[in-house]
Amino acid sequence: MSIFVNKQTKVIVQGITGKDGMFHTLQCRDYGTRIVGGVTPGKGGSNVEGIPVFNTVAEAVAATKPNASMIFVPPPFAADAIMEAADAGIELVVCITEGIPTLDMLKVSSYLKGKKTRLIGPNCPGIITPGEAKLGIMPAKIHNPGTVGIISRSGTLTYEAVYQLTVLGLGQSTAIGIGGDPIIGTNFIDALEAFNNDPKTEAIIMIGEIGGTAEDDAAQYIKKYVKKPVVAFIAGQTAPKGKRMGHAGAIITGGKTTAQDKIETLESVGIKVSRSPAEIGQTMYDLLKKVKARKKSSSAKAKKKAKPAGKKVKTGKKAKKR
Amino acid sequence: MNIHEYQAKELMTKFGVPVPKGKAAFSADEAYAAAQQLGVSKFVVKAQIHAGGRGKGGGVKLVNTPDEVKEVASKMIGMTLVTHQTGPEGKVVKKVYVEEAGAIAKELYLGMIIDRTSKQIVVMASTEGGMEIEEVASKTPEKIIKEFIDPVAGIQDFYGRKVAYKLGLSGDLVGKFAKFVKALYRMFVELDCSLVEINPLVLTRDNNIFALDAKINFDDNALFRHKDIEALRDVNEEDAKELDAKSHGLSYVSLNGNIGCMVNGAGLAMSTMDIIKFYGGEPANFLDVGGGASKEQVTHAFKIILSDEKVKGILVNIFGGIMKCDVIAAGVIAAAKEVNINVPLVVRLEGTNVELGKKMLDESGLNLITASGMADAAEKVVKAVRGEK
Repeated sequence: MSIFVNKQTKVIVQGITGKDGMFHTLQCRDYGTRIVGGVTPGKGGSNVEGIPVFNTVAEAVAATKPNASMIFVPPPFAADAIMEAADAGIELVVCITEGIPTLDMLKVSSYLKGKKTRLIGPNCPGIITPGEAKLGIMPAKIHNPGTVGIISRSGTLTYEAVYQLTVLGLGQSTAIGIGGDPIIGTNFIDALEAFNNDPKTEAIIMIGEIGGTAEDDAAQYIKKYVKKPVVAFIAGQTAPKGKRMGHAGAIITGGKTTAQDKIETLESVGIKVSRSPAEIGQTMYDLLKKVKARKKSSSAKAKKKAKPAGKKVKTGKKAKKR
Repeated sequence: MNIHEYQAKELMTKFGVPVPKGKAAFSADEAYAAAQQLGVSKFVVKAQIHAGGRGKGGGVKLVNTPDEVKEVASKMIGMTLVTHQTGPEGKVVKKVYVEEAGAIAKELYLGMIIDRTSKQIVVMASTEGGMEIEEVASKTPEKIIKEFIDPVAGIQDFYGRKVAYKLGLSGDLVGKFAKFVKALYRMFVELDCSLVEINPLVLTRDNNIFALDAKINFDDNALFRHKDIEALRDVNEEDAKELDAKSHGLSYVSLNGNIGCMVNGAGLAMSTMDIIKFYGGEPANFLDVGGGASKEQVTHAFKIILSDEKVKGILVNIFGGIMKCDVIAAGVIAAAKEVNINVPLVVRLEGTNVELGKKMLDESGLNLITASGMADAAEKVVKAVRGEK
């Protein structure tokens, strides 16, 4: 199991004939993702290394029956592309494009209301289920199949976390970059809910940053619903107020949007927050070790208690070695 | 992007948002002429800088005659204005706005921003006009009135009426207020604003509504479709290095420390700053070279970092995804050839083409410190800046 994407995911690429679109489409296909088609208005009938190109998403859907679309369309036209995918009934839209006007995204999110389409992004690295499917621009090599789910507002910082896990022998169930813009599709809570319900995911890493209140909302959700261990990191502890730190959404505008506020909120609900970006993997490793030791001892106790009744009790799995 | 009050008021006038009569002036003589043209009996002279809190810093003066306007303007233009938003260094006043001063009956607050959670534009209003609205929001949240606007239907009169009645307005003023909100919302949407703030919005004794102050921020992502707005940019108000970086497709923010950083990706760049601080250093900047930077961009990024005299050491932290480590290495080597790097340089490379990148740096003969992992890199650069080995 995994969340949102797996071996069965059939993908079309909007903006497949552009430089970035073409490069990453082929990278994803090399990884094993089932890329079934592409869309570029005016280039229908051609192909990209054997991948058929259509003029509209509707045509691509009719011919190839995809359930996901990956978008590399330039910012002025990206909102239109997302809505076209939703209009054609695509279930999952991953929008990589950076720099979409915020008001365009307001239209998009209002358009998506009541539709079955899930949007990931925009301005995100995409989503990967290691060993199964990659819909995005992340370097494939650093990932390993496993049981840690990752949700992040940042791209390269996600790679950093994934790499730290992989080095420690911890694989990932799915890693998802939700994007650095103020208005995004899938948010922390959506992804947390999915990871919480995914039997393969044992623990979750959440990487947030300054700006907005998404991390606070996530903290309340975790407190209420998430039973799996969660490690968090918040980027921008040293960011000054009022300066946009690269991401359109990463700006301290007032209220409780500083890294310090967010860290306090997360810790107040019992989430383990890694203070150093270099310790995200190790923090998870230590936490899992603790949790497993606790499970082991409690299941051992349970075993003792349960023995007279002759019930079989599952023992905790051993912590993976480095 | 930010603009000045006088520019904001010109835009608002175009959209039918009522503002007091006023004129911008770059000199005392111009201010005098502006006052004479306005032909009113009371004037307010306001320093035009991109920061709030001007009144407290002496940047807003009330006077009675064009001669007084001239006198005040001559003192104001050229002065360094320090407010809680300018930082201790303050900002030099280059122009003033001369405006009619009316008889104020009441001051209100009106703002519009994009709410991330509801994904709608929210209109915020308060009876506590003229105050720092964040303070009002944190101390007396019940005094902030919020109205979320449906993005599809857009602004309707009832939204404005609801807010007006909650503010305690009555009679004629309700309709006038609703019209005001409607015009402001139209401007917000048509110009791709990210924030509009009218603080204070004033009710006059003769039952009129005016925007006495005006602050507009624009969505940088939408500037490509607003060349006229882009033209309002005042380069004097912005950091020269930040503008230079932007023109090269780099994202740069000046900070006060002495360790220059070059990183790919905004999140990693922020965390690189954080980890420098974690090890007791102070970052000199935020610099994101982006996802697919060229050798030329990397070279330029290096030049920007080195142009900051405070920089006593540099940390390059790259996690190559799309960005290839060999491109970074080529950029570093090219930069070293063009400019003299006389501060310690710590490089941490990981990801795509890392072996090739490391090999290129090794063979370049450059005097640099290699690091493995973020923590090692941060520790090494902090030590190097302190002169420790």
